[in-house]
Order: sequence, then structure tokens, then C-alpha cells
Amino acid sequence: MVSETKVAIKNLYKIFGKDPAGMINHVQNGISKKELLEKYGSVLALNDVNIDIPARGIQVIMGLSGSGKSTLIRHVNRLIEPTSGEIIVDGQNVLGMSKTELREFRRHTASMVFQRFALLPHHTIVDNVSYGLTVQKVPKQEAAERSQQWIDRVGLTGYEKHFPSQLSGGMQQRVGLARALATDAEILLMDEAFSALDPLIRTDMQDVLLGLQEELHKTILFITHDLDEALRIGENIAILRDGFVVQKGTPQEIVLNPADKYVTDFIKDINRGRVLRVSSIMDSKKLKNGPEIERNMVLEDALQILSKAGVFEATVTEGGKSIGSVELGKMTTAIARPREKAGQSDTYR
Amino acid sequence: MSWYENIPTMERQELRDLKKFIDISFKDFSRTYGDGIETFFDPLLYFLVWFEKLLINAPWPLIILVIAILAWIGSRSWLVVAGTICSFLVIGYFGMWKDTMSTLAIISVSTLLCISVGIPIGILMSRSDRLQSMVTPVLDVMQTIPSFVYLIPVVMLLGIGKVPGLIAVCIYAIPPIVRLTNLGIRLVDKEVLEAAESFGASYNQKLFGVQIPLALPNIFAGVNQTIMMALAMVVIASMIGVKGLGVPVLRAVSNQYLALGLLNGLAIVALAIIFDRISQSFGKRLQKHLESAHGV
Repeated sequence: MVSETKVAIKNLYKIFGKDPAGMINHVQNGISKKELLEKYGSVLALNDVNIDIPARGIQVIMGLSGSGKSTLIRHVNRLIEPTSGEIIVDGQNVLGMSKTELREFRRHTASMVFQRFALLPHHTIVDNVSYGLTVQKVPKQEAAERSQQWIDRVGLTGYEKHFPSQLSGGMQQRVGLARALATDAEILLMDEAFSALDPLIRTDMQDVLLGLQEELHKTILFITHDLDEALRIGENIAILRDGFVVQKGTPQEIVLNPADKYVTDFIKDINRGRVLRVSSIMDSKKLKNGPEIERNMVLEDALQILSKAGVFEATVTEGGKSIGSVELGKMTTAIARPREKAGQSDTYR
Repeated sequence: MSWYENIPTMERQELRDLKKFIDISFKDFSRTYGDGIETFFDPLLYFLVWFEKLLINAPWPLIILVIAILAWIGSRSWLVVAGTICSFLVIGYFGMWKDTMSTLAIISVSTLLCISVGIPIGILMSRSDRLQSMVTPVLDVMQTIPSFVYLIPVVMLLGIGKVPGLIAVCIYAIPPIVRLTNLGIRLVDKEVLEAAESFGASYNQKLFGVQIPLALPNIFAGVNQTIMMALAMVVIASMIGVKGLGVPVLRAVSNQYLALGLLNGLAIVALAIIFDRISQSFGKRLQKHLESAHGV
């Protein structure tokens, strides 16, 4: 499935410190982040980042704190100025926009949800949700009506006149989400949007987001440090380390073929049976008899079917048609934690 | 080793010449520009005189009613309103009504002046670190320099009277409002500001929609401090011809009239407490949105 690219990040560099432009040469000549800091006192935040974000999909960017992911997302709407590079949205380079163009871009094309909600504490919920519209000078009546739809949609009906401080964290982030959706921007930038919430609420919010996405088909750039979250909602994942993209791919690709020790460490603790799908490990050459398993089923459920039937093989189907087979042995190997590859250093910590 | 025992000192003659030079230059300056500067402040003088007359000539029940209403608007507390009415009745009973009205006039006008000059300076300061580093030492000097020292040039320039008194009060009272406006705006949550920016808010939309509203509690603490400091200057201002409660206090000091000094001093204290309670509870109510339903 080939989809058009909505946001293309090309050769993006960001260096904090004195004379960032002069530091780029050092970086391109392969100086490490540590050396750059020790020798020149500059911090390398983003190092030659290239990501194509498909339209109407969820692109997750994942990394530990300090990996540059929050810096990266702030480049898309230019809350942070890059040192060099391009960000192409709908054929236009965001980094080349004038102040007025950029303001229009922020008002109509890309809206943002923040880790710590960043609601306006002195405004009521309805005024917070309509903030983006107020900034656009949409008439008050119309802004209130449009906001009301989103307040209803995220399940906050009845809280319109409350202040943010009167709401729980999860509810506040619903306000943040509604505020971002109310401008009808096509791009949604979510900076660790659910990281500050406790696990149950987080899962809840992920469901809210996925539910909305099924309907709205926004282009979502989602930042997280939580791999479970990334695997759950991401259609594509890019893993960032020290400002460098170490691996890009679908959740299946990343779990089955981690690019290096960093990624391996990342995926070590996840429940692989709940992430991997039958289609990732099936043998499409051999058709076998056995219980039928849908190709998108996760291994955990498939194993259940096999053990119930008491067999070692199953047929993989797509829309009722047999397209291959899968063996119990392969499934258990896939679920077992991969052996660590020898010879790779783990200096990233 | 004489330099070791005595600190190097300027020649007596040279020092005298230097002082003379400064004195003469400033005298020349005030002779040349004094009239112009006085004319510049004329509107302020007219306003102050008009306001003072208004307060003195208005019937006392009306004044007390207006002040009680202001107290209610500010504090929403019957206790404060009752205290205010009582204080003014007692002040009137002890024969200090007229002086109190004069003091009230100069305090109100100087506070208004400080707010209208101080808040814009504070806003500008919050925008630029360079301006902040330039203005801060000036504010430090204004707050710490003994008031008598700057009374000299002010009197030389503008003579004795209400306007120099007003300026002396403002020099002393303006620093807190400038500082706290600057601080308040700088303390506004960076993330909230970033959010406003991410939705395409313009410079003015950020300043008037986010920064100033969120800085208001701090700005109001500054207004409160400014009023308090203006009241503290009442006695000193009376030395250069400002009428009001300071004049009897001054007379009491030079003649050892204990009762007179005490009564007028207590009247100033009463004014200070009333202003403080009203403006503080008003400032607190500005933060009402921060009150949480579940006590965070």
C-alpha cells in the first residue's frame, strides 16, 4: 500500500550552542554527540533526520528522554528553528515561510497537543477548546458552537464552564485534544500527549485517539518514550537515539528485526505475543490443513486456537481464502526474546 | 609607607571645585529648563488640585459611602467594609478629616501615575533581557537611595509644592510595580505560552490574552506594594510642601507633641491597612481560577 507523503522531514539538523551553523561540518564529518559537547560546548539535538510521514496515518517517533524527539516535533510547526534542513508539508517548505505564512500554517494546518496539557488556566473549558478559533478571529458564537461539538466528542459535556484546574489529568488532556481538533487542522502534533497520565487513563486516551482517527483520518505525528504505546497506535515507528534515526518501520518489522542493541533493549520487555501478527511469520508457500487463523491475528490468540485444537499447524486466511500456513514452532520462536547480538556496545546509556 | 596608612584622597581644592562644578551645572540646568519642566507637569498639578478639592469639599457621608462601596468591590467582605467605615468616622471625630483627604488625594494620584508608567516599563522589561539588566540597577538605586538625597535636585528643579512632592513619592513607590510586572510576565508558564504560539497567536494575542492575564496576581501584588510605599512617603513629602497627614506629624516631631504625632501617625496606619486589605483580597480573587475542586 503506497500512500502519499504529507510531511517530509529532510536532512534536518539542530545544534544548540554558539555558532550552530559552523558545527554542522563537524557533525557531517562524523563527530559524536559527546565529542561535540566536550570540544565545542554545543549540543547535538538532531542529526540528519529524514522521515516521510504518510498522509492520514499515525507516525510514531520514539526514543528515550534526551533523544531529541520533542525537539523534532517542534520543528514541524517551527516552535524551534532548525540549524539546517527542510520540512515539506503539502509541497511547501515550512522552514522557508514568512512570519505571516507561518502563523497561518499554525492556525489552519497543524495543531498541537502537549505533554503537560498547557491549557490556559484562566479560561473555562469551552474557551480553551475554542482558543485556536479565537486566535483566528472566528466570531464568538460560531467558535462556541464548533467547540461544543468537540467537547461532546471527547466526552466532556457538562464541564464547559469549569476551569482546567478543576479537572483530572485525563480530562484535561481531553480538553487539549479537543482544542487541537477544533481548528480542523489536517496535521496533529502530539508531544508525549499521554505520558503524564496514569496507565489506565493512558489506555483510555489511546482508545479515544484511535476512535477519532478512524473517523477523521488526520496525519498524526505522535511522540512517545513508551514502546507499548508506540506499538499500539503506530502504523509507522521511527526510533530516535541521540538525535539520529536508528530504525524506521512498521511495529512488526521493528519487533522482528531490531536494527541494533539500542532497539533490542527497547523491545526486550514487551509482550511479543500481543504485538506480532500471524502474517509476519507465516509461510506463504506452503498451504496446510488445520484450524483457520486470520492473518491479522496476534500470536497470543493464534496460540490459543492451536492449543485448543491440539495441533501444530494452522492455515492462515485472508477474507476466508487460504493464503499460507504457520507452525507452532515458528510461533514460539517469534515470541521468545531474541538473543542479544554479540559485539555491539551499549554506550547509549 | 604613607599610602599604606592613609587612603589616597583627592586634593581638597580639587574636590571643592568638583562639587562646585556639579552644583553650578545643575543650577544652570534648572534655571534653563526648570520652567519648561514645570509647565510639562502642569496638567498633573491641575488634576491633583482638582481631585484634592473634590475630596475635601464633598460631603463626608458621600465620601465614606464611596469608599465603603470601593471596599466592598475590592474585598467582598463585610468585615473590611465595617472596619473602613469605622476608621474614617474615628479619623473625622479626632479632627483629621481634611488632612486625611489631602493624603488620600496624593496617594491616589501617585498610585495612578505609578501604575500608568510602571506597568508599561515592566512589560518592556519582560521582553528584553538587556533592558532588564539596565533597568534593574536603576530600580535598586531608586529604592535604596535616602529620599532626602533626591529631594534636593527635585526641589532645585521644581521648587516646593505638590508636584515635586508627587515626583518624590513616585520615585520611591514605582519600583515594586515595575519589578512585579516584569516578574509576573516572566513567570508565565512557558508551556502555556508555547501552546498559544502553536495555535498561531500573534504578538498582541499572546501579550493581552495570555501573559498579562496570567501575570495579574503578581501585577496586583505590585500595585499593593506601590500603595504601601507611597503612604510611607507621606511624612517626607510634607517636608517639601505637600499637605496632608504628614504636616502635623512633622510639627509634632519638632515640638515634641506626642499626642498629635500619635494620632496622625495612626491615621496613616489606618489608611495603609484599609488599602492593603482591599487590594490584597482583590488580587486574591484574580486567582480564583486556580482554586481546584479537588484541592491540588
